Order: sequence, then structure tokens, then C-alpha cells
Amino acid sequence: MNTQLLKLLNRDSRTSVKDLATMLGLSEEQVRAEIAEMEREGVIRGYKAVIDWERLDDANVSAIIELKVTPKTGLGFEEIAAKVMRYPEVESVYLMSGVYDLNVVVKGRTFHEVAKFVAKELSTIESVTSTATHFVLRRYKEMDVELLGDGEDERGSYSL
Amino acid sequence: MDYEKILSPTVASLPPSGIRKFFDIAGTMTGVISLGVGEPDFQTPWEIRNAGIRSLENGKTRYTANRGLETLCREIADYQKRKYDLCYDPATEIMVTVGGSEGIDAAIRAMVTPGDEVIIPQPSYVCYEPLVRMAGGVPVILETTAEYDFKVTPQMLRGALTAKTKLLILPYPCNPTGAIMEKADLEALAEALRETNVMVLSDEIYAELTFGGRRHVSIAAVPGMRERTVVVNGFSKAFSMTGWRLGYACAPAPVLKQMVKIHQYAIMCAPTTAQYAAIEALRNGDEAVAAMKEEYDLRRRLIVNGFNELGLACRTPLGAFYAFPCIRSTGLTSEEFCEKLLYSQKVAVVPGTAFGKGGEGFIRASYCYSTEHISEALRRIAKFLQELKQG
Repeated sequence: MNTQLLKLLNRDSRTSVKDLATMLGLSEEQVRAEIAEMEREGVIRGYKAVIDWERLDDANVSAIIELKVTPKTGLGFEEIAAKVMRYPEVESVYLMSGVYDLNVVVKGRTFHEVAKFVAKELSTIESVTSTATHFVLRRYKEMDVELLGDGEDERGSYSL
Repeated sequence: MDYEKILSPTVASLPPSGIRKFFDIAGTMTGVISLGVGEPDFQTPWEIRNAGIRSLENGKTRYTANRGLETLCREIADYQKRKYDLCYDPATEIMVTVGGSEGIDAAIRAMVTPGDEVIIPQPSYVCYEPLVRMAGGVPVILETTAEYDFKVTPQMLRGALTAKTKLLILPYPCNPTGAIMEKADLEALAEALRETNVMVLSDEIYAELTFGGRRHVSIAAVPGMRERTVVVNGFSKAFSMTGWRLGYACAPAPVLKQMVKIHQYAIMCAPTTAQYAAIEALRNGDEAVAAMKEEYDLRRRLIVNGFNELGLACRTPLGAFYAFPCIRSTGLTSEEFCEKLLYSQKVAVVPGTAFGKGGEGFIRASYCYSTEHISEALRRIAKFLQELKQG
């Protein structure tokens, strides 16, 4: 697995195959083949834009929900995780170590909508024993990208 | 006041740095994209910054010993041994300076007396010639060429040595050419220097930044050369610590002793906060340096390939963070190229002539920029070349 290639794609998945090949000292065919291989193996799961939703007028709200659940005998957490992630409102689901079990990121148009979803859907799932909802107030960094500021070069032209 | 009469003619006759001119023009324009800055774009790694902060919290706000903190001198000695196989006594052969620049100045002033000749290979960093002149020395310029990968060859060196030669400046890895001197190159030079009384000032500020599997070799590590070499290095480029203003010099005790006097009277000591941060850099900075270097390497390939594809022949630089493509195919001089490029496509690069007459026909492009930034600059340069062709 070419981790350097992955790092470059993770930084900017729109980098051209030509530039990737140049930077990595590979041929374009090699880069194409490696990417195809990693897509096939499910290492690369998709390519998405990093969006600062807060810059839009009708910004979404999102919340992190901590779920405590009672895992089913024989199935562990998989079944409940599968249930939770079926909802389109759910952006990500992680099994956590520590005081709660599932970390669920939920997005919606308004605080009310998210709260309703948690109350009506998530908390009513059988084997969910409790939920704690934390609304996101401000995003500073998303997928390695800093969202504040305009990325201006702070260096002056003082070097000789 | 008649300042003409008051000012030192030696200083008044020094030209200002040629790099500045284009930056000053660029500064008046908007939307300029620069490949001009010779300064890393990375922040100083956090742990190093934190060490500086901790030192302030602990009230380390006073002068240090003139030569620098004892612990830092010991760390420098360890680092030079570990990295470049150089052995210096931290108590008598190492001095912490305000950037590599001060080390260069102190070394020149400690050795050069009026009339002494100092051999300066060019194209090279802009400070050597003025500093030699201020010490009353006579700069003897060695024009290195693309044909010899901008290295100093023993033939060139022998041709420049005279009975008056006091010092050879060896600026490798080289700003602006990206050239390095490898072990065999240095051994050949040593051959020519061993029977002389000529000293070497080896400016190794870019020593951490060598590519293509090459490791920096110091001329002081070549047998017989340690006793006739002053090594200058620093934290700015390797650890991305430009604003901390911290460097150091390593030299045989009799030379360093005199350099310490200059430093003592002119500077007192290097900034204390920076010295504490530097200890952390030397102890635990290897990983951060490696990560930055990996990033520079990607950019290096991108920019070199970009210039070559545009028909601006660019040798693969093996050190520092500059590409030095040849622009002769455009029929323009370096200055014309830079000026037209700036006005037409708002890309700022530095003419090779800013680093000596031998830089004519070349431009310096720094790759201390994100790959996106470099790609955009290359696109604009492509447009510019297209315009030139269409007249």
C-alpha cells in the first residue's frame, strides 16, 4: 500500500495523476494502477469536497450523540450500529472506548430537527439505554483543513 | 549635516540586496503569487515552540553565557557528531549566534584583515561579499557553472589561490543553485587546500535539506580539514525557526576564541528563549525535520518537472529549497524575465543575477510553498511563455 500516495490524495483528491506521478517519482500508469487497486480493496472509499457549511446562509446544524447501548448476545455492537447508520441524518458512527458506546454524528437543518430525531428515532431503538446530545457550535478544522481565516501567507518578503 | 562626509564610504558603496528590488515592486501589486521567499512555510514544530514558552513561564528571561547555554552547546556538539561525524568541544569550540548570519560575520571579521583575499563562489547567498568588504577584505569571485553542477572544482580553486588568499567560503548546500558538494568533491578541494594556510568558512545552514538519497557531508569531516574550517549552521531552515534568530559556529578553539570576543562586544548573547527552544529542537526534532523534508522533496519534484516541461531547463537541485532554471531560451536577461513575468502574470521570482553576475540566464524559484501554490505559479509562467512566443 502506497501510504505517501494516500497522504497526497487525502490532502487533495483532485491532484492530477500526472502531478502525483511526478511528486512520487512513479509513472502515471503506476499511479493509476495503485489508485485502482486501493479503490478495489476498499482502502479508498470515496472522494468528497471539504465544505465549510457555515459560510452558507441556510447552514446545517450537527450534533454528536453519545449512545449507551446493551449489546445483544452473539451480535455485539454490530447490529445496533447497522440500525443507527441506516438513517440519512447520521453522518458517522463510531464504536468508542470509555464511558459510552457509540459516537453518532447527526446533521439536520435546525437544532429542533436534530433534537426531534434523537428523541423520536435514536433513543427509541431497542437496546439504547441512554443518549447525550452535544450540538456543534463552531467548526474550526474539518478533515485537516482549517476553516478560519483565508490561509494568507504570513511570511513577509524579508529574506535576502 | 553633510552625510556624504560622515558615512563610511565602505558601507555607503555597498549595493542593497538585489532580491529586494522585485519584492518591493511585487509589494505594490495585488494578486501576486510569489516563489520568492527563502523561508520555510511551515510553523516551527509545536514542541519546539512549547519549549520556548515553558522557558518563559519558568522565568528564563536573562542573558545567557556569551557563547550560549552550556546545555545547548553540548546538544550542538552531540548533533554535529551524530549527523555529520564532526567532533567539537562544547566548552571551547562552539558558539551560539544570532542566526547563521552572525556566525558568518564573526568568522570573517575574526580572520580577514585589510587586503586579504577571500574566495567566494557565486551564484551564492548575498551576504558574503558585503561582509568581506566591510572587513576590508578583497572578494575574489569564483564563477561556478551549470556545466559543473555549480560546484567548486579543484581547478577553479587552484586558479584563484594566491599568496594573499586568507579564506575560502563554501556555501553548500547552495542558495540559490540547490547544488551540493559530495564527499569526493570535497576531498578534491581538500587536496588543494591542505598545504596552504587558507581557512574555509563552510556555510551549512541547509545541511538538513539534501535530497535524492544524499546526506550532507561537511568539509570539516574530510581528513586534515577540521583544523582549517569554521562550520556555520543554524535552526532557521532545518527546524523552520527563522524568526527565532538562532544559529551557531563551530571552529578550532583559537579561532572560536576570537569570534567569541566579537560576539561578546557586538551581541552579548543570542536570545535566551530561542536557545531553550533550540535545545528541544536538537533533542527531539528529528521526526519533524524528516516530515518537512519529505514535503520539500515532493515539491522539488513538482517544480523541477514543471520548469523542464515548460522548456526552462532545470537541473535537479540536490539541496536547499530552490530550483534554479535556465531562462536563456526566452532570449531575455534574468532581470527582464523577472520583471516581465511579474507585470504580465504577477509571479514573483528572483533573478539569478541577485546572487552574482554568474547567475545571468537563471532565475531562483523557492519551493517553500504548497503544491497548489507551485502548480498555480507554473500555470502562470506557462501563460507568460506563451505570450512571449506570440510576441
